[in-house]
Amino acid sequence: MNVTLGHYLTLGAILFALSVTGIFLNRKNLIVLLMAIELMLLAVNMNFVAFSYYLNDMQGQIFVFFILTVAAAESAIGLAILVLLFRNRSSINVDELNTLKG
Amino acid sequence: MDVKSALFYAFSVILLFAAFRVITSRNPVHAALFLVLAFFQASGIWMLLKAEFLSITLVLVYVGAVMVLFLFVVMMLDINIDTLRQGFWNHFPLAATIGTVIALELAGVLLGGFRTSAPPAVQAVVGAPVVQASNTKDLGIALYTHYLYPLEIAAVILLVAIIAAIALTLRERKDSKSQDPSQQVRVKAGDRFELVKMDAVKQLPSEPPAQEKQI
Repeated sequence: MNVTLGHYLTLGAILFALSVTGIFLNRKNLIVLLMAIELMLLAVNMNFVAFSYYLNDMQGQIFVFFILTVAAAESAIGLAILVLLFRNRSSINVDELNTLKG
Repeated sequence: MDVKSALFYAFSVILLFAAFRVITSRNPVHAALFLVLAFFQASGIWMLLKAEFLSITLVLVYVGAVMVLFLFVVMMLDINIDTLRQGFWNHFPLAATIGTVIALELAGVLLGGFRTSAPPAVQAVVGAPVVQASNTKDLGIALYTHYLYPLEIAAVILLVAIIAAIALTLRERKDSKSQDPSQQVRVKAGDRFELVKMDAVKQLPSEPPAQEKQI
């Protein structure tokens, strides 16, 4: 059975669904939430690379390059905010973060 | 089943297992390490798709930098895991339902719609075509010609991220001596120099008693 484009896209879809499930499950743990977001970005990148290969087009890989850049910046700032949060509240429980009354 | 398909299935199974363990493991350190495993498997799959540069970049940037950052933060914070795990399985039915629905919908659309197994011989009409030199060279040529401005913007984003991360976590030590530039600029001559009025001639203190002189 040959591996088709659909197989790669399905792998990305399952990975994305798993990370959505992870966001629901780890509603209290901010660190695992950030990890689930990284997994989501990985799933999206997987689709980009697969399309880039099967459509013979370089643009998909260039997009993945920029997504990697932005994801690295995002996780760095997210972790900095996390450290700051832990310093002020000594907890990373999402349920306790209600200072903004949002 | 040829070698490539076997490799694809092996990488995919380990990738999905690692992703599952990331979202369910008790210890955040284990979750971070399983995320590292997931990134390695994904990089293997990208190798199969002939995206060598991105696959190595994934390992270098994610495993080398981002995950080390994650591990540092996880180990630095003194987290009480038990309180964070309270009610973990309460949301499981809803989460599993939504996840299954998303996966099935996407798989139903994608598996039926994209049955192509080989890349087309003709190049895509839009975008930068693959020149078949090497993956890194193709990517570099495209990045530095068509995508120069986005590349510069990406660099600026990284700079902003550096400055933001440092500015957020910078904490001034209380025992360190430092200058306050704004106060230095705002200082006036009167703060530096004070005129004190005093008599030009000062009277000598009264004569000491005669007895002490003899001794």
